[in-house]
Amino acid sequence: MNGAQVGFFILAGLLIVSSLWVVFQRNVVHSAMALVAALFLVAILFLTLNAPMVGVLQILVYAGAIMVLFLFVIMFLNPIGLEQRRRLWWGFGALAGLLLAGALVPVLTNGDAPRDPVVATELFGGPEELARSLFTDFVLPFEIASILLLVAIVGAVVLAKREP
Amino acid sequence: MVPLDYYLILSAIIFAIGVVGVLIRRNLIIVLMSIELMLNAVNLTFIAFANSLGSMDGQVIVFFVMAVAAAEAVIGLAIVISVFRHRQSLDPQEMQLLKW
Repeated sequence: MNGAQVGFFILAGLLIVSSLWVVFQRNVVHSAMALVAALFLVAILFLTLNAPMVGVLQILVYAGAIMVLFLFVIMFLNPIGLEQRRRLWWGFGALAGLLLAGALVPVLTNGDAPRDPVVATELFGGPEELARSLFTDFVLPFEIASILLLVAIVGAVVLAKREP
Repeated sequence: MVPLDYYLILSAIIFAIGVVGVLIRRNLIIVLMSIELMLNAVNLTFIAFANSLGSMDGQVIVFFVMAVAAAEAVIGLAIVISVFRHRQSLDPQEMQLLKW
């Protein structure tokens, strides 16, 4: 086991712990903080996978913008009162999750993708390569995504507007 | 070098944790956060495959997933706010107006 693998196992352990914290924490604000930690850890994993640009975007968009939105709504609504911990139902849910993970792992690891990564070039995963791919092969999805974001903005304003 | 399978197993575990969150929690905001967790697990799979296949396509798709996730969070939280205004509660069990 070399240094990269030790680092991966540390990151993976922290990511699993913070994800469990998101799901099993009764206080909403604590869940949100654990989610911020999980998103940062995923961003670091992206960096180890030769995806620096996507990793930076992950921090900016997810850990920055989306989590601020979540925290703002939590503060705005101020949901008082902790949720009840119903042991039977939570145990049933945890069992279902274990079954799902046990079903997913063999499916994912059975594929015939190359097990040894292609050696990355200097530019792989940087802004230049990402932009070239985005504005040549994926122009149409890119434009559709911009329309989607516009619709989301208009929809959010209409939904959250106070009724007259 | 960390093998591809390790990343795939990790993202399967994170996805399953997100599914458990959607199943057991009775708080709309935490349900939305669990969905974000599931989207991140899938993003991790995309990036791992992009790295192992030496192709940029996976990273571009992650970019689009982030755009969709941002739109989903905005609309979802707006719906949460308007539900809270009407019901004074975040419990999805109480949203049963259409239930027979």
